[in-house]
Amino acid sequence: MGQIKLNQVSKSFGDVQVIPPLDLTIEDGEFTVFVGPSGCGKSTLLRLIAGLEDITDGHIEIDGTDATNVPPAKRGLAMVFQSYALYPHMSVRKNIAFPMKMAGLPADEQNRRIEAAAKALNLTDYLDRRPGQLSGGQRQRVAIGRAIVREPSAFLFDEPLSNLDAALRVGMRLEISELHKRLATTMIYVTHDQVEAMTMADKIVVLRAGFIEQVGSPLELYHRPCNEFVAGFIGSPKMNLIKGAEADKRGAPTIGIRPEHIDVSTSAGDWQGKVGVAEHLGSDTFLHVHGVDGCDPMTVRVDGELPVKHGDTIFLTPQAEKLHRFDAQGLRIE
Amino acid sequence: MATQHSRSAARLMMAPAVVLLLGWMLIPLTMTLYFSFKKYLPMRGGDLGWVGFDNYVRFVTSSAFWPSVMTTLIIVGGVLAITVILGILLAILLNQPMWGQGFVRILVIAPFFVMPTVSALVWKNMFMDPNYGLFAHLWEFFGAEPVQWMSQASLTSIIIIVSWQWLPFATLILLTAIQSLDREQLDAAEMDGAPATKRFAYITLPHLGRAITVVILIQTIFLLSIFAEIFVTTGGAFGTKTLTYLIFQRVLESQNIGLGSAGGVYAIILANIVAIFLMRIVGKNLDA
Repeated sequence: MGQIKLNQVSKSFGDVQVIPPLDLTIEDGEFTVFVGPSGCGKSTLLRLIAGLEDITDGHIEIDGTDATNVPPAKRGLAMVFQSYALYPHMSVRKNIAFPMKMAGLPADEQNRRIEAAAKALNLTDYLDRRPGQLSGGQRQRVAIGRAIVREPSAFLFDEPLSNLDAALRVGMRLEISELHKRLATTMIYVTHDQVEAMTMADKIVVLRAGFIEQVGSPLELYHRPCNEFVAGFIGSPKMNLIKGAEADKRGAPTIGIRPEHIDVSTSAGDWQGKVGVAEHLGSDTFLHVHGVDGCDPMTVRVDGELPVKHGDTIFLTPQAEKLHRFDAQGLRIE
Repeated sequence: MATQHSRSAARLMMAPAVVLLLGWMLIPLTMTLYFSFKKYLPMRGGDLGWVGFDNYVRFVTSSAFWPSVMTTLIIVGGVLAITVILGILLAILLNQPMWGQGFVRILVIAPFFVMPTVSALVWKNMFMDPNYGLFAHLWEFFGAEPVQWMSQASLTSIIIIVSWQWLPFATLILLTAIQSLDREQLDAAEMDGAPATKRFAYITLPHLGRAITVVILIQTIFLLSIFAEIFVTTGGAFGTKTLTYLIFQRVLESQNIGLGSAGGVYAIILANIVAIFLMRIVGKNLDA
């Protein structure tokens, strides 16, 4: 079990309200990602759920019981921190055993769980080392191990991959996803990286300045962003947002078109532009096209083989059915 | 070539400092050793020639020797215990966010800047005087008989005075160490179900290990040679004669340079024994 319900939860530090009252339900077994730019309150929200910060107003329910005033240790949640927060003077074994020792579990049960976690996380050879002797990825796994052995009703991850290098991050992303499939436990994952959000989540919660902008599955957010902010935040490279005459022509103050939904031609099209920087990724090429009215530069994703170079003139045509329209307040027009 | 030149230049530049430091240490040490084998009584005939190990035997067999070693160890141990324990508590207290934190921290450091002679006199006359002292008034307020601090609780008094002087040092070092503790480690321990006392025992205290080692080592070096506090309070009476004070009495009050020098050599040996013990016990904290 691991259903978490936030009911009109708000948080203020002094006079500054960082989380305005919000409602959110996280279903049992769901992988929920909180995503948003830095300072949007996503980590604070996670700490409120964990109980490390007191909520100013509202209620938190875990598995149907009010947990608002329950201390963190009693909420049955385990957390993995950005800095891993391993205890540096303890061996890996003692680090993983710490929560069980605090809970007063019998020694043989502790050992059984440690062995199981170490095997699942490839840590068996490192159990007697100190955290200082491990690499970043191994430390991350120890932190996850320490969370697993508690058999919590939900895992909380606070930007766990941001201290790892790019290659390792992709690997750990997969490991965490697999862990979720295997354990089928509720997980709440905080990140500022929309790629992590898109690849891992069952449900994404997009936050800005403490407000929930949109909640939905990754593809819902990709196909039907409810406002300009979500449209610009989800998807890589970013959606092109076009204002002015070209937008008016299509019946909205702002229109959005993703780089992958633009057709390129060297002879004719709706918009004419000059190729600026071309980023070659092999499979694809991202072109930054200058001179399109209302959006400069416009990013276009084209086939990696397309023979265009800096300074070429090209024509762009947005795929009409993939166009997003937003009103003056930035909200989606259906 | 360039490195060769700069290396010899570096040696040349360092030479004065090295020579000065060596001289500073070697000359007094050699003179102490030299006099310790002589019968040398400045007021009673001066240099009366070599006497072998006579001074060493006399110093150890004197009835004042072993009590003075014990007194030294009690004072050092007492002050260390008080400053480390109170230092940790004060450091935790000062680490809490509060109004006027900077000012309070400066106040806490203040006793360290008071000269030992001055602070000992202030304690002796303002606090511990059995007639006019604040403690006497306090005791009387509660209807108790004022304590004759300097005679009845002489060793305790000196430990209190010296602890007061060294507490700021311990607090300061421990405070900087506590500030470097990763906040997330405490959060993690809280999530793991450790109450405040266990968070202190399992997270904060091990984190402070190295700082505590530094405090103990540095303080021991200085505490083995405390003198002014004893000189201006009890003058070595009432069982407060430390090894340092005994040597002072042999040299200046008995005017026996040879005997005092032999005592000085014993003091060096004692300091080294203590140092070896300390390094064995706490020195491993300094690795890694």
